[in-house]
Amino acid sequence: MNEQKTAAPPPERAGRKDAAPGGKRQYFRRRKVCKFCAEKIDLVDYKDVKLIGQFISERGKILPRRLTGTCSPHQRALTSAIKRARNIALLPFTTSA
Amino acid sequence: MRKYEIMFVVRPDVADEEVERLIAQMEGVVAGAGGKIEKAERMGRRRLAYKVARQREGYYVLFVLEGSGETVKEFERRLKVTDSVIKYLTVRIDEELEKAEKYKALRAKQEARRPRSKPAAAPPAAAAAEPALG
Repeated sequence: MNEQKTAAPPPERAGRKDAAPGGKRQYFRRRKVCKFCAEKIDLVDYKDVKLIGQFISERGKILPRRLTGTCSPHQRALTSAIKRARNIALLPFTTSA
Repeated sequence: MRKYEIMFVVRPDVADEEVERLIAQMEGVVAGAGGKIEKAERMGRRRLAYKVARQREGYYVLFVLEGSGETVKEFERRLKVTDSVIKYLTVRIDEELEKAEKYKALRAKQEARRPRSKPAAAPPAAAAAEPALG
């Protein structure tokens, strides 16, 4: 549970919490919290481009939970909101470059 | 009766009065098809995320309405035959709104039960964080 939320990138994957003794960790990663839970957003609205636009990559892909820390119910809601926004040209399907 | 949200995009080269006329016309369509309009919002001109009908911009309009599937069917048919409308999206929102309402009520209840939720939640979180720190 805990490790999932700390979201370690591939290189650190091997040395998780029990493997790394104190001080060896070169940088401390802030534990990510689900933005929607923290801000108490019950309805993920596809019209709110400013909010859901934060959860897509530069290429327009939906960012995974492991990077954003979104909880699974909200990630599901977010995914459908992004897909709706794409449908009506509020968000890109893809961006070349 | 179900609640729907219909968003559509009008070509940017259409005059504002023309857009107003279209909105008024669509309001008539809803009334004619047994629906009830809750809101007709002009979201204004926006840049499109990708080209639609060779346009880079569009005028967004949002309708929130109550009605049956037939209402939506007629509404969409009208949008389809209107040349100035380049894109539309219908979303049924009554269930989502109910769900959001439920969560809101649930949270209110939880907060009422545990008024000092922060100090109560802190110890387990701190205990969980310590092994991670080593």
